[in-house]
Amino acid sequence: MEKFISHTGVAAPLRRSDVDTDMIIPADFLKRITRTGFEDGLFFGLFKDPEFVLAREPYTQASVLVAGPNFGTGSSREHAVWALQDFGFKAIISPRFGDIFRSNSGKSGLLTVQVEESEVVALWDLLDADVGLEVTIDLEHRTVSAGEWSTSFQIDDYTRWRFMEGLDDIGITMSHDDDIVTHEAARPSWKPATLGR
Amino acid sequence: MGKTLAEKVWDEHVVRSADGEPDLLYIDLHLIHEVTSPQAFDGLRLAGRKVRRPDLTLATEDHNVPTLNWDKPIKDPVSRAQINALRENCAEFGIRLHPLGDIEQGIVHVVGPQLGLTQPGMTIVCGDSHTATHGAFGAIAHGIGTSEVEHVLATQTLSSIKPKTCAVTVNGELADGVTAKDLILYLITKVGTGAGMGYVVEYRGEAIRKLSMEGRMTVCNMSIEWGAKAGMVAPDEKTFAFLEGKPEAPKGAEWDAAVEHWKTYFTDADAVFDKEIVIDASEVTPWVTWGTNPGQGAPLAGHVPVPAEFDDKIERTAAENALEYMGLEGGTTLRDIAVDHVFIGSCTNGRLDDLRAAAEVLKGQQVADSVTMIVVPGSARVRLEAEAEGLDKVFLAAGAEWRGAGCSMCLGMNDDKLDGPVRTASTSNRNFEGRQGTGVRTHLVSVPVAAATAVRGTLSSPADLASVPA
Ligand code: SF4
Repeated sequence: MEKFISHTGVAAPLRRSDVDTDMIIPADFLKRITRTGFEDGLFFGLFKDPEFVLAREPYTQASVLVAGPNFGTGSSREHAVWALQDFGFKAIISPRFGDIFRSNSGKSGLLTVQVEESEVVALWDLLDADVGLEVTIDLEHRTVSAGEWSTSFQIDDYTRWRFMEGLDDIGITMSHDDDIVTHEAARPSWKPATLGR
Repeated sequence: MGKTLAEKVWDEHVVRSADGEPDLLYIDLHLIHEVTSPQAFDGLRLAGRKVRRPDLTLATEDHNVPTLNWDKPIKDPVSRAQINALRENCAEFGIRLHPLGDIEQGIVHVVGPQLGLTQPGMTIVCGDSHTATHGAFGAIAHGIGTSEVEHVLATQTLSSIKPKTCAVTVNGELADGVTAKDLILYLITKVGTGAGMGYVVEYRGEAIRKLSMEGRMTVCNMSIEWGAKAGMVAPDEKTFAFLEGKPEAPKGAEWDAAVEHWKTYFTDADAVFDKEIVIDASEVTPWVTWGTNPGQGAPLAGHVPVPAEFDDKIERTAAENALEYMGLEGGTTLRDIAVDHVFIGSCTNGRLDDLRAAAEVLKGQQVADSVTMIVVPGSARVRLEAEAEGLDKVFLAAGAEWRGAGCSMCLGMNDDKLDGPVRTASTSNRNFEGRQGTGVRTHLVSVPVAAATAVRGTLSSPADLASVPA
């Protein structure tokens, strides 16, 4: 995972609420067994409209997505995160995220930036008034800014630390193997097993 | 202060907890299917890691298996590659797999309970958002992404922030003809698709206690559709009766010890939830969705809402978008909406109980000429048990198709995909745009409504059938 301290880039306004993971990447693209190259499935249905925001310049270069509430609801497919990253997104701004999407993003290094709904609306208006405006996400200070405008966002200390250090979860967990072994030794014998006992 | 059911289960599984860090939680059962696992196994191989507990891991093939000619090699090369990858990964890492043709093959959330692997007080995860289904047994069960699948494979733990708790209390009794599906669709319409975000929900109250285990699974299954991380029901005698004698349930003295412990899984009287929702069961009637998220629902007896009726601007726009996609006018009587297709199946409503309910409605009836109907059992075992009861004959005689087990038209990853703008009544859990095929218009319904709709050709409940000459 790459370190994320602060990022500045073109922000695309996606004026929609309830952008579910089926919309982000339809199930057809889930058949792949590779880990990269999912950008061609991103917003597959929405891209059919040539006026779709990400189909227009300069948003083909966007690295920040500004969306309405309930972004990433629906299925657990991490492909949604990969597709956004493969397209070039580093951060998604929304008033509310689907839980699993948010957690998946955290594991893969896509920053989810939760701000007030009114701030998202304000940012949309700014971006529409000044096409191609760059947005800065400063994780160290927990702020989002564009031109004169800025707001703060919430992120728990642990996730912030992991992002800023670029740390992978599995490695961290494996360093606690003793605790896992102790827990396993105390599990009741009637707990089910899949390979017989 | 006492603890909630979720807190009791959570606390029993904490391997490590430290200030300012997520808890490290032990996972009792890790379920796997072909779609969300290949990249996780790849990650293991790249890092030279092993599967820590293959004996707490189970795989099945469900999302893109064909439901026709399932005993022949899979035709679609992409689906075949994904299934083959699962088979190779399971062989390489020593994981038990129920492949096509095996009696325990089927939708992962149908297979766990039918094997008796899903038990009270467990932590269960799967790279699939409907893992909440298993919460019906009093387990903490939730979906995870592929990075987390890799994490659980490597460590049998998950690093997770303790969620807040929410109680949904359903007072009173559901009326005759009103199902668990109607209840959950009603709840989501009432509270909205985001209301559960960040919470583990415990469904309780008289109406929940009266539900069968199958009904409880239907309710828990759709927890994710209102944003909840997981849904749970405290175990009771019905839970124990369901599990007793199942292949992987404890036996003899172990059974007694297990039940004794399972009885401790309930919310203490003085426990406090972070959020409480109370529902009156008598307000629930047969419920259908008219839009493109599960919260856009209405009573079958009602009409499609007029977007202008919504005060909230975002909801109003969402309703406008939804009606445009669905090809519907605000104000249309729901019972007048004609469908082209009916799908009975999925992890929400693809169990034996559901098929029995469908057959009861379809017996002696005919699927309307304008409608194609497919019935897809949730697992191979469900298919065989249904056939042993002659349910397949009822479906075939009515003019429906009877298929092999899998996810099928719930998400159309196999060949069971429609091409829009056709309209379907579906017993599955998601009516998102494009879910059942590009442009396909999905109405989520209960099993009896699906069956009655197939007969009348328009959204209907079994009560409407009395007016149709048999
Ligand atoms: S039946 Fe549908 S919701 Fe259930 S696991 Fe399969 S695809 Fe997911």
